[in-house]
Amino acid sequence: MAKQFLSGNEAFAYGIRLARPQVISAYPITPQTIVVEKLSEFVEDGSLKAEFIHVESEHSALSCAMGASSVGARAFTATSSQGLLYMAEGLPYAAGGRFPIVMMNANRSTALPWNIYGDQRDSVSQLDSGWIQAYAENAQEALDIALMSFYIAEHEKVSTPFMANLDGFVLTHTYEVVDVPTREQADQFLPPFQTQNKMSPDNPKNLAFSAGPDTNTIFKYKEHLGILNAKDVIAEAEEKFETIFGRHYTGLTESYRTEDADYILMTLGSIAGLVREVVDRLRNDGKKVGLLRLRYLRPFPNEEIVKAVKNAKALAVLEKDISFGNAGTVYTNVSAALQRAGISVSNSNYIGGLGGKNISFEEIENIFNNLTQQRSTVQFLGIGGEDSGG
Amino acid sequence: MTEILWHGRGGQGAFTAARLLGASYALQGGYALAFPSFGPERRGAPIRAFTKLDSQPIGNRSEIKKADFSIFLDDTLFTETAFSEIKPDGKILLNTRKTFSDERIITIDGDSIANEILKLPITNTVMLGAFSAVFGKIALQNIETAVQQNMPPKLHSKNIAVIHRAREVLL
Repeated sequence: MAKQFLSGNEAFAYGIRLARPQVISAYPITPQTIVVEKLSEFVEDGSLKAEFIHVESEHSALSCAMGASSVGARAFTATSSQGLLYMAEGLPYAAGGRFPIVMMNANRSTALPWNIYGDQRDSVSQLDSGWIQAYAENAQEALDIALMSFYIAEHEKVSTPFMANLDGFVLTHTYEVVDVPTREQADQFLPPFQTQNKMSPDNPKNLAFSAGPDTNTIFKYKEHLGILNAKDVIAEAEEKFETIFGRHYTGLTESYRTEDADYILMTLGSIAGLVREVVDRLRNDGKKVGLLRLRYLRPFPNEEIVKAVKNAKALAVLEKDISFGNAGTVYTNVSAALQRAGISVSNSNYIGGLGGKNISFEEIENIFNNLTQQRSTVQFLGIGGEDSGG
Repeated sequence: MTEILWHGRGGQGAFTAARLLGASYALQGGYALAFPSFGPERRGAPIRAFTKLDSQPIGNRSEIKKADFSIFLDDTLFTETAFSEIKPDGKILLNTRKTFSDERIITIDGDSIANEILKLPITNTVMLGAFSAVFGKIALQNIETAVQQNMPPKLHSKNIAVIHRAREVLL
């Protein structure tokens, strides 16, 4: 292995090169562009033997990836924000077709007002499209998820497309130390893509067909089971990954000092690094606080959340999205997980980082401090609650 | 943690210097983050870049508000507000021909070094060399390797020469 100083985008592109996709179809969009540029350079210099197809739109990028996957090729695409939304028609199409495409999404705000900076409203709005959704915290995890994503998506029990999310700019454009595995190690981890779900003259079959009212539910039920199965396959992939590369991952969530915590903050993506520093500071002051980082939103970590918070006094969910007229979508999912398990814990929701707004150390410290007051509200960081005026 | 704030104009390579510094520090086993001020880039417009160096992983990805070192590639960007952006024992490293009596300011005539060796008024590696002399905690060998690994080959020898000269001036 070699340590390199890479941006999140570059690290992800290195991970994809190691996974040897056979077809890459993509359309550049800030802040994802560098991934596509880097991969096109790899194809040009011969270090990645893949068909690089520069399509005319994101809608075509995903359609093209589906076509490639339908003949049994390992397919990759990448997008962000408006590009992901332009792909939206194809997202459930790819999931329903059980095409194990991997896509990187650089999390970025959606218009209007126009904004190219990071938040997670783009991917969170597509949680119901049937894709696995992972959220990386740093460039190393981004590379490692890139490599693991194909293993998980292509597993015969899963056969589901995989969306790997990286926070726009704060992760995609920040350089840090990354351990880049060797080709030999990557090949040992990830075998070539083999599937029965493909068009082939040797074994002709009907793909991407219609299913009327009589059979539709069974397909949707199986699609649901496939994404639920990903939980065990993620654990299997991470175990094999650790054996080969020595890096340890913890499945759908990562808990930090939650074991005896009275107050727990749940969040996702790159902000978790700062939350960990706040937890350490407050622990030094004798406050029993912890962090639960959601590494995956689909499959949703229902059991892991319940396990982490069942003895806590209060929890908060900090997220970079808002489902207008309700609450943050991650919070709504967390609330349902607790309700289904019959757990009653005081909870609150903080909406922050919209349109790239910085979330400060002090703001996170305040979230923890406010948790001692029992209440259940939706707060916009820097503004206040829903009753703060309009 | 050591926090370094870089000031330059679009096209002067401030972010490249921020990145080379992080890469140099990583080569000697440290942790580093390097990032530009995000958003659309315009040639000639003031930009900032950030480098954070530490012995342990760095969780805080926010922009630096108070720096240990504030480095100006271009003295037309330097104003009194620079002092409010450094820590109490922070230093300002300034590319200028002017002289200052304030002991927090360290100056170097980077333009002359760049013009002589690079034949261009690009002072990012001059200031990287100058910083390494003042900071003293990064081996010259690691800076040279970072240049070789992160800059186009045709720029290696001249930029390494620039770094050597800047260090000679300040050491």
